[in-house]
Amino acid sequence: MADPAVELADVTKRFGDEVVAVNGIDLTIEDGEFFSLLGPSGCGKTTTLRMIAGFEFPTEGSIRIHGAEMGLKPPNQRPVNTVFQSYALFPHMSVAENVAFGLNMKKVEKSEVQLRVSRVLDQVQLSKRADARPSQLSGGMQQRVALARALVNEPEVLLLDEPLGALDLKLRQAMQVELKDLQGRVGITFIYVTHDQEEALTMSDRIGVMNEGSLLQVGRSEEIYEHPTSMFVADFIGDINLLDVTLNGSGSARLSSGAEIAVAGGTVGSEGSVTLALRPERLELYDLDEEIPAEHNRVRVRVSRRMYYGDVHFYDVDAGIGTEIEVKEENRPGVELYEVGDEAYLVWSPEAANLVTS
Amino acid sequence: MAAPPLTEPETAAPVTPELEQASIKAEARRGFLIALPSFVYLILLFVLPLVLVFIYSFATRDATGQTVLEGWNLDSYRRLLSTEVLQIFLRSLLLAVATTAICLTLAYPFAYYIATRSPRVRNLLLILVMIPFWSNFLVRTYAWRVLLGSEGPLSQLSELVGGEPFRLLFTIPAVLIGLVYGFLPFMVLPLYAALERMDWRLVEAARDLYADGWTAFRKVTLPLSMPGVVAGSILVFIPSLGAYVTPALLGGARTVLMGDYIVSQFLAARNWPFGSALSFAVMFVMLLATIFYFRAGARTL
Repeated sequence: MADPAVELADVTKRFGDEVVAVNGIDLTIEDGEFFSLLGPSGCGKTTTLRMIAGFEFPTEGSIRIHGAEMGLKPPNQRPVNTVFQSYALFPHMSVAENVAFGLNMKKVEKSEVQLRVSRVLDQVQLSKRADARPSQLSGGMQQRVALARALVNEPEVLLLDEPLGALDLKLRQAMQVELKDLQGRVGITFIYVTHDQEEALTMSDRIGVMNEGSLLQVGRSEEIYEHPTSMFVADFIGDINLLDVTLNGSGSARLSSGAEIAVAGGTVGSEGSVTLALRPERLELYDLDEEIPAEHNRVRVRVSRRMYYGDVHFYDVDAGIGTEIEVKEENRPGVELYEVGDEAYLVWSPEAANLVTS
Repeated sequence: MAAPPLTEPETAAPVTPELEQASIKAEARRGFLIALPSFVYLILLFVLPLVLVFIYSFATRDATGQTVLEGWNLDSYRRLLSTEVLQIFLRSLLLAVATTAICLTLAYPFAYYIATRSPRVRNLLLILVMIPFWSNFLVRTYAWRVLLGSEGPLSQLSELVGGEPFRLLFTIPAVLIGLVYGFLPFMVLPLYAALERMDWRLVEAARDLYADGWTAFRKVTLPLSMPGVVAGSILVFIPSLGAYVTPALLGGARTVLMGDYIVSQFLAARNWPFGSALSFAVMFVMLLATIFYFRAGARTL
């Protein structure tokens, strides 16, 4: 079996004596994968990417690309290319010259350079702007030039540092689809750094969530979303309600209001305080006299706020536990709206909740 | 009855094209008023003398050598083409080109070094570059006389290691050393300004696209710092071409350059028309050089 595209083994990066930007990361990214590093700013995701690219070197640890140790190799000797957050297009060169730069550096034959440049410009629909300067292009076009400039070299791994960050929402969403399609067509491994959890969820084969220099959880989008293993991941990705509960050793738990609820998954025999993570869209409100599905938890609540978004509506409900619980309901036909002050049952399946620690 | 308003009321009426035009014109008038003092200053003290010099360059001299403002002719300009003048001019031109080239070679790495330091170190180094300006240029040039003289420390050092005492003072190389010393900051500062603005991520991008360090410099850093190279070169070349103090103090009597030649026409030779014509010729060459430089700079960008 082929070597994985990128392997990081116990990679640590310190700046000076105080700052630990990346703290002992182990990570294997498979060939052809669309892998996202997700985390808030300053979490070490960009530093990790820069170490793979060769702009920074790890203080300790090993980075391999397709089995080859990178050590202290400079960027120009690594089989990767980067799409920079700010695009970093050469302002004194035309679009075509920008795209041809890498091939010219690799001393590829002139006629082939021309062929490959025009092919890739075709791919990103910029053939007509080949002679323009980057400053004459819109943000979205510049972003496509940056992509073309990296892709034309057919790197083993493409590194993307928040490449859509500077675009407005509509364009960003269109480019997300375009990027994902493109990755499927060219079959190159993408490592994508972003702080936008929605972007990571929609585009990635797998996601690695980082915080404060550590890699907290690695998994497919739905694993990360449905089964966060830590409070940080649960809270960072999507909306979530975090409830303090006390396990009582018999597979159920008690809310701080005293209400007893069922919890799923091997909790029989465990006792003590834990946090229950509940997605707002997994919660439902039922009238007090409505029939509630079997095996579901129900807690009596009072609606304290309602927000109407058109496609969905949000409720904040008071269950007498100190904090309010957010409920998200789709606007389906027949769904009746609750008014502020209404009493109702908050209902969820025990499987929909996750217990998280720290 | 209400009292009439003391000032014109603010126009709060709906705007018409005429009103909009009037407000644009008022804005332009205000801008002109702000610039007026400098206009007056420049016209009185720069343009007017220049016009006088221009008029004098066509005048004649009477038997006593006094300039008379009549009998307008082109004699002074014809004399510009004599071998003597052309030799002096060529010598000055070569010296100015050499000064510019040496300044550029010395200043670029230094400016690059400053621009890539942390902001604190950067400011310290910039102050060091500017410290020489705190003392008089004449005094500093006299200091070079001591340094370069046959009794000076350089000569003594040469003797100490068993070499000949040397006499650099009053030679062309001495003038070159003095000019490079004097104009180096004018090269460093614009180069620094250009390199400081440099987006170093572009260099990273070049490295990422397989350029080694030197190639990335040649393909990205150097072309993008070209405005600094052009500005610095002009700032050094122009004063070098017309330099007077440095050649006068370090060049001695035998090495005549454009600056001292013009001065000698106005003072010793008392030939004001010819001195004026010389001044205009130098200005013309400077203008050509500036245009050439800006063109060259614009092409690389």
